[in-house]
Amino acid sequence: VFHGLAAWSQMNTTRVVLLACGSFNPITNMHLRMFELARDHLEDTGQYRVVKGIISPVGDGYNKKGLIEASHRLEMARLATETSDWITVDSWESLQPEWVETCKVVRHHYNELLTSEQSKDDVDTVKFAKKRRVEENSFEGSSHHRKRGDPQLMLLCGADVLESFGVPNLWKPEDIAEIVGDYGVVCITRSGSDSLKFVHQSDALWKHRKNIHLVTEWVTNEISATHVRRALRRGRSVRYLLPDSVLYYIQQHELYSSESEQKNAGVILAPLQRYTS
Amino acid sequence: MAKHRVPLVLLACGSFNPITNQHLRLFELARDHMHSTGQYQVVGGIVSPVSDGYGKQGLVLAEHRIAMARLALQSSSWVSVDEWESQQPDWTETVVTMRYHYGRILKEFERSVGTHADSRGNGTPLSGRAPRLKLLCGADFLDSFKVPGLWRDDHVEELVGDFGLVCVSRGELQPERAVHESDLLSLHRRNVFLVREWVRNETSATEVRRALRRGLSVKYLIPDPVIEYIRRHDLYTESSERKNEGTVLRPLVKQAQQPVKSLDD
Repeated sequence: VFHGLAAWSQMNTTRVVLLACGSFNPITNMHLRMFELARDHLEDTGQYRVVKGIISPVGDGYNKKGLIEASHRLEMARLATETSDWITVDSWESLQPEWVETCKVVRHHYNELLTSEQSKDDVDTVKFAKKRRVEENSFEGSSHHRKRGDPQLMLLCGADVLESFGVPNLWKPEDIAEIVGDYGVVCITRSGSDSLKFVHQSDALWKHRKNIHLVTEWVTNEISATHVRRALRRGRSVRYLLPDSVLYYIQQHELYSSESEQKNAGVILAPLQRYTS
Repeated sequence: MAKHRVPLVLLACGSFNPITNQHLRLFELARDHMHSTGQYQVVGGIVSPVSDGYGKQGLVLAEHRIAMARLALQSSSWVSVDEWESQQPDWTETVVTMRYHYGRILKEFERSVGTHADSRGNGTPLSGRAPRLKLLCGADFLDSFKVPGLWRDDHVEELVGDFGLVCVSRGELQPERAVHESDLLSLHRRNVFLVREWVRNETSATEVRRALRRGLSVKYLIPDPVIEYIRRHDLYTESSERKNEGTVLRPLVKQAQQPVKSLDD
């Protein structure tokens, strides 16, 4: 009976892949903590099983001040995730010649996920593979309408990203609706923060509140990449704020200086450029 | 190393139950700050876990706390663990621990210069300057001076007067206020170095133990080898947290006969 129960609950938990988009300039322990907190929270609901985390650094075309080359940011993220058995780094977004809307990045990874599921099916017994392919075909063109057993992709972010949904011209409203409505968001918030209120005050977010998972971070861990870069420019120690391997990489390549911080100074952020023109 | 600078060793006393990345950060922040004064050259750091006799709730065996601290400091080039305090059968007053380490450090210094430095730490002109020892602590430590019966007045006097404190603030705790509200700390304020941590990082060992008991992840809050060690020895559980439950903290018992400072001090 217990075996049956365990199998039943396995069948009824949705597999989740967490996707984090951002500059990762550089990646810090806080970024990595967000994944751990999100996984604990989702699995604690009994409804989800987190099977993978993806870190997707933004491309150089984002034009953010002080944003160093994507190749370095990718390598640092790779070094940082070496000790994790479930968090990975993906270069697709960073390799695009121009800045890509987060919504498109989410779509890309969801399609990748479905493709890999399909190839997994191909090695299943013929009977099941056939059956699933038939089902999949009937859903063509609306890839985000999941069927039972399909994994779910959720965007992992901090409260600042959630709140950025309210910044004019930074996001297309239909993109927000798609990300929150069709995929879902896991948002890490500090205890006592206003994220709940923010969701409440936005009709677009309120509508999809069931797809917004707010995770309270009880242990404040405000390691921002901006702070890390500032400390590095000033020759202060950043040890234990990011993995040692990342720190060595930064030192080896002399990555963050007053000069690198001036990159893209005065340049308008790509999303703002795109949506205001 | 700049010749005119005073060599400085930082000593951190505490439970280290378990040691966290935040403990390790304290050392980094303190070193940067002391260097920026232009007066000191930090030459070493010591982590000194308290002995089992301290009687604090949830305190696991010193041998484990020492082992974890050692694993965490494996990759540090300047901070190390010392067992002396943890091996004392009874709880040791912080000042007594400081006297022990300062004596040891001075002896080492004398041996290295081959001359005699007096106990005030003034070396002979030829030998360079004798090292000093200061206590490294978090901001909440300053508030502990106010707890009745926890500290002897003469010990606080010796601690801040003769040795000195490097105190790293975290979160919204206000060390400036703690200094202001204590006559003794104010008197020696030039020997109390307040380091401002601009990043709010409130990883406490209590939170780490709580997460571990509940089966939640503590990765990136404490070093991987320490997590590994905790798992292997199944260290932090509901039953380990009940250790010393209801026990009066040893300093409160040991110093009960001593005149106790009032809260309004």
